[in-house]
Amino acid sequence: MQTTKSELVPVVGGAEVVRVRHAVRKAAVDLGFSLVEQTKIVTAASELARNMVDYGGGGTVTIEALADGARKGLRLIFEDQGPGIADVQQALRDGFTTGSGMGLGLGGARRLANEFEISSAPGEGTRVAITRWKGIV
Amino acid sequence: MERIPILKLGNCLIAPIQVDMDDSTAIALQEELTQQIVKHRAKGVLIDISSLDVVDSFIGRMLANTAAMARVLDADTVVVGMQPSVAITLVELGLSLKGVRSALNVEKGMELLRRADEEPAAEPANADDEK
Repeated sequence: MQTTKSELVPVVGGAEVVRVRHAVRKAAVDLGFSLVEQTKIVTAASELARNMVDYGGGGTVTIEALADGARKGLRLIFEDQGPGIADVQQALRDGFTTGSGMGLGLGGARRLANEFEISSAPGEGTRVAITRWKGIV
Repeated sequence: MERIPILKLGNCLIAPIQVDMDDSTAIALQEELTQQIVKHRAKGVLIDISSLDVVDSFIGRMLANTAAMARVLDADTVVVGMQPSVAITLVELGLSLKGVRSALNVEKGMELLRRADEEPAAEPANADDEK
């Protein structure tokens, strides 16, 4: 598997969440994603970028275009140096929130992606990576 | 921060969302709408989201909260123009926007608000108000 393109977007506040949406949309369009595929990955990106702002004190998003033979995909990596998540399984459950949100961010983003990885520990920040492949439901 | 304009048409308020909103813009719109409902004694609120190509959980919650607040202030809310790809994504995300009325476009949305406004008065005598 190759990374054909990579872009780093810093996320500090709410305005950058919008920038992340636009950058991810553009990358998805460049890869030829269908409108529904674009919308799903952009929405997932919006949820995860907001999580970084609300809970991680901001962070970075790395947008990678992937090629795996003829398969094309988009991988987004969200990294923050925030307080981390003590119980990742609990954080993934719909409706669980420590803030003012609805608790749909992590679980919702996982449903909207084809692949989902999360690593986090208290005091060590959080890293979430999602991948969507073109043409896969 | 961008500001979403709010138009007044009869006893309805119309908010055409034409920009990709950040969270503070969404919150500002919600507050502005509730204030304008009271100020103009509006009976209906129409939110046009046809230009939005993303509705995430935050904007979804803002729409649901606005509808609930308007309800308490004796106004009906209708959200119009949701793009099909947005509807598919919202449901998969886990948001069904329960309690939010929707219509395909502004015209159908205004029709819905007008009927909602007339309903209580028309109920006792008229049987042909569905036409």
